[in-house]
Amino acid sequence: MSPVTAEPHPKNNRKFNKKMRLVMKEQDKGKKKGSLLKIKVEHFNFFYDTTRALKDIEMQIYANTVVGIIGPSGCGKSTFLRCFNRMNDIIRNVRYQGEIYIDDRNIFDKSVDVVDLRRNVGMVFQKSNPFPKSIFENVAYGLKINGVRDKDFITQKVEKSLKDAVIWDEVKDRLHKSAFALSGGQQQRLCIARALAIEPEVLLLDEPASALDPIATSKIEELIHELKKKYTIIIVTHNMQQAARVSDYTAFIMLGELIEYEETNKIFTNPSKKITEDYVTGRFG
Amino acid sequence: MSSQSFCKKKRMLSSAIEDRIIHGVFLVCGLVTVIVLFGIFGLLFFTSFPAFEEIHVTEFLTGFDWNPTSYVKEVYGIVPMLVSTFMVTLGSLLIAIPIGIGTAAYLSDVASPRVREILKPVVEMLAAVPSVVIGFLGIVLVGPAIAKFFNISNGLNAVNGSILLAVMALPTIVSISEDALSSVPASYEQASLALGATRWQTVIRVKLPAALSGVIAACMLGMGRAIGETMTVLMATGCAPAMPKSFLGPVRTLTSSIAIELGEVAYNTTHYYALFALGLVLFVITFIINMISDIILHRYEKVSR
Ligand SMILES: Nc1ncnc2c1ncn2[C@@H]1O[C@H](COP(=O)(O)OP(=O)(O)O)[C@@H](O)[C@H]1O
Ligand SMILES: [Mg+2]
Repeated sequence: MSPVTAEPHPKNNRKFNKKMRLVMKEQDKGKKKGSLLKIKVEHFNFFYDTTRALKDIEMQIYANTVVGIIGPSGCGKSTFLRCFNRMNDIIRNVRYQGEIYIDDRNIFDKSVDVVDLRRNVGMVFQKSNPFPKSIFENVAYGLKINGVRDKDFITQKVEKSLKDAVIWDEVKDRLHKSAFALSGGQQQRLCIARALAIEPEVLLLDEPASALDPIATSKIEELIHELKKKYTIIIVTHNMQQAARVSDYTAFIMLGELIEYEETNKIFTNPSKKITEDYVTGRFG
Repeated sequence: MSSQSFCKKKRMLSSAIEDRIIHGVFLVCGLVTVIVLFGIFGLLFFTSFPAFEEIHVTEFLTGFDWNPTSYVKEVYGIVPMLVSTFMVTLGSLLIAIPIGIGTAAYLSDVASPRVREILKPVVEMLAAVPSVVIGFLGIVLVGPAIAKFFNISNGLNAVNGSILLAVMALPTIVSISEDALSSVPASYEQASLALGATRWQTVIRVKLPAALSGVIAACMLGMGRAIGETMTVLMATGCAPAMPKSFLGPVRTLTSSIAIELGEVAYNTTHYYALFALGLVLFVITFIINMISDIILHRYEKVSR
């Protein structure tokens, strides 16, 4: 495992005040949405070896909202996403600095079991990656590794997850056929169903529709709208329209820095930074 | 016609010839393998044929006694050797497959890169130990240990042979299984870890099934090594030409029978031909094992792809 450092930061007054103001502002927003703080990112840095890929990121995410992460390719979107379930741990020589709180618990704390964390924070990858198993077994996998033995329960749960991922009707007659026989869009929804089966609270999606055709893409987007009711969703996308369509909040990252994080509406209509405006209007990137 | 286009044409012609030559060379290589295979089969078949002018085939295949040098009546029954071969092979696989796959899983997924860099060559080096040396270790090391552990007078038996053959099959099983595991796409592993699986769960439930064809191939190659191995079993299993009574008794495999007797047999006698018939039986066994493994592989591939 890679070393995890969570260094406390001396809070000088000015910074602290600024932060308080931010928190209060965000809490206002939270009240508006009637939701509670789910994830809190504080002074967060991430290093590949000596390269700082994420720079001093601060962010608050509310439960049952969709946060879109946009930015030019290579800016650190995937890296950031992989921090929330600590998938970066499997890369050698990486280092975390700062804190990410999920439900007020620092995920880099020594007492946190990364396996538990990942059960709670599901992930869907850019390229659909079903296992070379049957459709049923793909969805049942997460339950089985978590020690669920009850066959009926597994069957019900698989059905429910496939329904939640809006793919049940397409696969119900061939549950025990190979997942590889599905189309790309179906495979991606299967991967979402697989992630839903273990009932995570947070769902991470890394450009889930980038390899899909427009119809499959719109299905995934509808699905995200539905899933928001139960999950907190962070979605990376390099498609601006998609971010505008699916997300409640949008974070714009560039060169590892969080440039602007606001309600999606504001980011796309009235961003406070010139560079954000340039990016969302397609003037570069 | 300009000289340029002429050059072009000439080169095209020669490349076509080159293609045909390469094609021919590979065809010959392929044919040689097939011819050698059939040649060996034919040789074994026709050399062992005269034996069956004297010996009844059913007696040969179902007889419980092998005594070709008897003064009273020569008998040629191979059941004891078949059973011995089966016992020693099975025993070695029971030891080598779990340890081999476990080691491969550890190397590919749990060990740090540095441990892997050191351990894998070490395991592979095991294959370089001559079988005579392993047999020797069986006599002076494993034998006495078995004798002491089971409280018997002599440790040269099927267990000893199984342990030694397991040691010899391990490098093949570990090395090829590890290659197979390492070539499983990283995306499966990531998907599994992201669902909260531990590394062991990931390797056992996702990577091993995905690498199954390679792992089966590894075990089959290990098994081939165990069945065909002669010197080690000759030295370590006691070699009594009688029906084996237990794993703790002496056994005599097909291979050691051939090795022991072929040096002393008179040329062109029934006994001589019978030894070739043993070779033929061995050949048929390994051939059937290969066929079965092929069938398993195909069936598996149909399900998973
Ligand atoms: N495993 C890795 N090791 C070292 N550097 C990496 C690794 N993965 C990504 N990077 C670097 O980190 C930066 C951010 O990458 P990434 O998060 O994949 O960007 P994005 O998803 O926004 O396109 C890039 O400069 C990339 O080269
Ligand atoms: Mg990316």
